[in-house]
Amino acid sequence: MSEMLHAHNVAKSFTLHTQGSVTIPVFEGVEFGLSAGECIALTGESGSGKSTFMRMLYANYTCSQGSIKVFHDGGWLDLTTANPHSILEIRKRTLGYVSQFLRVIPRVPTLEIVAEPLVALGTSREAAMDKARDLLTRLRIPERLWQLSPLTFSGGEQQRVNIARGFIADYPIMLLDEPTASLDVQNRATVLELIEEAKKRGAAIAGIFHDHETRDAVCTGSFDVTSFKVGAND
Amino acid sequence: MRQMNDPLLRVDNLTMMYGDRVGCKNVSFELRPGEVLGIVGESGSGKSTLLRSISAQQEPTKGIVEYQTRIDGTRDVYQMSEAQRRLLMRTDWAFVHQNPRDGLRMNVSAGANIGERLMAIGDRHYGNIRQNADNWLGKVEIASERLDDLPSTFSGGMQQRLQIARNLVTSPRLVFMDEPTGGLDVSVQARLLDLLRGLVHDLNLAVIIVTHDLAVARLLSHRLMVMQQGKVIEHGLTDQVLDDPQHPYTQLLVSSILQN
Repeated sequence: MSEMLHAHNVAKSFTLHTQGSVTIPVFEGVEFGLSAGECIALTGESGSGKSTFMRMLYANYTCSQGSIKVFHDGGWLDLTTANPHSILEIRKRTLGYVSQFLRVIPRVPTLEIVAEPLVALGTSREAAMDKARDLLTRLRIPERLWQLSPLTFSGGEQQRVNIARGFIADYPIMLLDEPTASLDVQNRATVLELIEEAKKRGAAIAGIFHDHETRDAVCTGSFDVTSFKVGAND
Repeated sequence: MRQMNDPLLRVDNLTMMYGDRVGCKNVSFELRPGEVLGIVGESGSGKSTLLRSISAQQEPTKGIVEYQTRIDGTRDVYQMSEAQRRLLMRTDWAFVHQNPRDGLRMNVSAGANIGERLMAIGDRHYGNIRQNADNWLGKVEIASERLDDLPSTFSGGMQQRLQIARNLVTSPRLVFMDEPTGGLDVSVQARLLDLLRGLVHDLNLAVIIVTHDLAVARLLSHRLMVMQQGKVIEHGLTDQVLDDPQHPYTQLLVSSILQN
């Protein structure tokens, strides 16, 4: 299996300048690799830093130390030193992210929000809309809602719109932050299918899953962030 | 052939002093075609001063503003002749003011407000100008029948959209915006944001947008520059600056947002 992402000697700490400049160390010396076709569960108790680590893999958070290299466009790029243009390019074509929060401009229809990443990749509007319809149908978002802004939807519906948007483009690397958190059994099964399909086409996936069933069903391995907690090995 | 990655605008060590008082100091950055740069910071941090100095409205005390012109290659904006600079500002650049009254002529019709910029670059065919103006009203979601009405009869949100149409009719490549959603109520803001984002994408506009609203900055800009007391104290990918701010002032700014 070919490696797609590699974190080396990664450390993170937060300095809270507004609160007496206290420094909170999260972890250090993290070594992590992710290969095509894998789905690795990031594990660790609440507060261990798994969400922080995932955000660092997306370059949403900075690294205090170390490197996070991503295989993009036939070469390796380090997210910790890449300029904003490169990071945006990597996110557009290589690195997908399903977050727990839907951040969109009010009034933009759900269908457009879901289709947008594919349109940005140069797919025709028609084809992107078709795929968006297909995903929204699979995720059981009623058609009467497609022309409305998802900001008026329930939490579970917003989550599914997020998933549709995250899965519409075939990103080589995907990061999933609790993709099944507020879903019912049927929709959770659909998300598992989507993850399986992504694995089959060779996506390298890292995810945080709140329940064992989901983890056991789709993950090929797990990675415990806790073992890199600062002071864990003292 | 110009490369996509060549900067459209390059600002180098720009400083604006008002006597002993610092307007903005040692600001440097580059902007590419199609890229949206947000400038945030509190009132008096130098955002608007910086915007005016970059957009040739106020010559800086020191520093260079270079622009990739369509025909002449890269030119220092403050080394151009007055006539060249005016032409640039009327055609390839656009400036959207916070108060539409500063960017519109209130005593001529909506259509004339849009047509005027076309006539300024030599368009003389009345029918074409009117057609083009009407087109642009449509793009900013103003009904055709308002073409001959005075902007003073428009709501604040409509005036702001008209100002945008007036600015974009000449197909500029670089747009400066100073608090474009500032005076508008929230529902009108959302509509304007949606419109702006669509136009930026469809026309591949490079934009420098000054705002004190971090939510607006997040939704529109690719990169963010945070200013305090005339200096850029943090600069980077928008979501990185807002979600993992490093500088004490940025942390204060971000932590001061009211959650809803």
